Amino acid sequence: MKSLIFTTAALAIVAGSAFAQTVRMGTEGAYPPYNFINDSGEVDGFERELGDELCARAELTCEWVKNDWDSIIPNLVSSNYDTIMAGMSITDERDEVIDFTQDYYPPTESAYVALSEGVDLEGGIVSAQTATIQAGYVAESGATLVEFATPEETIAAVRNGEADAVFADYDYLLPLVEESGGELMFVGEGVPLGGGVGMGLRESDTELRDKFDAAITSMKEDGSLNALLDKWFGEGVGTY
Amino acid sequence: MFSYCVDPDSLETLAWMSCYLTTGVHMSFYMAFLKVLGLLAVTAPVALGFGFLGAMAARSGFGPLRWFGKTYIAIVRGVPDIAFFLFFVIALDQALEWLRHKALCPDWDMPIRQGNDFIVCQAAKLPAGSAPEWIHETYGFALAVITFAIVFGAFAANVLFGGMRAVPHAQLETAAAYGMTPRQTFWRVLVPQMWVYALPGLSNLWMVLIKATPLLFLLGIEDIVYWARELGGTKTSRFTDYPHGDWRMWYFLALLVFYLAFTKVSEIALEKLMIRLTHGQATTGGEAQRRAAS
Repeated sequence: MKSLIFTTAALAIVAGSAFAQTVRMGTEGAYPPYNFINDSGEVDGFERELGDELCARAELTCEWVKNDWDSIIPNLVSSNYDTIMAGMSITDERDEVIDFTQDYYPPTESAYVALSEGVDLEGGIVSAQTATIQAGYVAESGATLVEFATPEETIAAVRNGEADAVFADYDYLLPLVEESGGELMFVGEGVPLGGGVGMGLRESDTELRDKFDAAITSMKEDGSLNALLDKWFGEGVGTY
Repeated sequence: MFSYCVDPDSLETLAWMSCYLTTGVHMSFYMAFLKVLGLLAVTAPVALGFGFLGAMAARSGFGPLRWFGKTYIAIVRGVPDIAFFLFFVIALDQALEWLRHKALCPDWDMPIRQGNDFIVCQAAKLPAGSAPEWIHETYGFALAVITFAIVFGAFAANVLFGGMRAVPHAQLETAAAYGMTPRQTFWRVLVPQMWVYALPGLSNLWMVLIKATPLLFLLGIEDIVYWARELGGTKTSRFTDYPHGDWRMWYFLALLVFYLAFTKVSEIALEKLMIRLTHGQATTGGEAQRRAAS
């Protein structure tokens, strides 16, 4: 009897503290339109808006945290924050280390951007961000891969001639190409890569994952996710 | 910030710049300078304290303490900074959480390490999961200070150890002859005289410490180099009111000026300090001062 009371009391404490918990959302803040830092210094972008809506639906208090892309997974598993929303594609390698919700962005198309047509994409030098699916793809394509810590540097490498082309998400490259005044252009064919973009969580955090999964499902069902996708990535991207 | 900043596209270059340089994100950039200066102001004395204790331990007459001091100096000086920063901070953080976990959640039955995951109960989290962001940042800052202090403390210990040995032995023997205890000899004769020998080495360390602050970003603290990279990157008009190309060069140029100015000021201050410390010492510098005065 005594132990029963203790257990109940302990459960009540655990439940109480779980309720007060703030979910810390980790992101990179350097990958528009997925996530970036806006003029007032806050995290902004598709994932900010989506994440806030998901938290509202799952009735969680959420807070955004910036972290370098390189160490974004190690800091998740050592519990410095609870989720990753950073345009991270769902891949088998990552799935072994962390867990993913269902995708909130369909499998992405990646594209090459170069300074001129006729660049040798299979034998030339191609830049990509470290530890991305694009870097993995370039390494296997036969081209020489040069890796950079941030997306910005991958583009700069093409501009200054260090690389012949850059390989990245189409949605990231599009605004850069449009505003480059003809300097940058898409070359070659788009390549569909990865299993869509999802939210990363610790493998032991199944309860939190189920909550976010349910919230994503509900957003897919009522069409609000499609509306968000159309707003941030252009008409016709939302296909759920 | 200014009222005319509502529509930046229509502004002249100068007005545009005044708006651009006062956006919220630039304020974070300016705050980062204060952060770096704050870190230096706190770390330098703490590291010097670590160094002093380390040097005292290394020349102690008590075996285990001496071995501890020498091991500390040897290990920390030998391990690359970047490895130390990546490993030590995570280990320290997890050790603290593990201790709190043991103390606060004795009924916990799940393993702390589940595969890759490090899980402690909510109450043991440092800082608490529900704490506002500034507490998380302060905690990270404190970890940074401790790590910097341990790393630079080891170098300072070595410098001070050398400084203590450079004090002429005759001085210490004279003190003993006057009947001073070893403790009195240490504090009244050795310590006041050793600084002049230690200062060149310490000033070197200070310069290295100034330049080492970008390591802060490894610890998740947004320092000036992070912001320069972030702000200087290409910005397209869809995501900001102030689109621009790759301006990282200009931002890094500003950092260059900052670091050069800061090291120059330090040099002048250290030079003044050296003149003061040399006063009345039995060194070439002290002798030169005496001749100039007479």
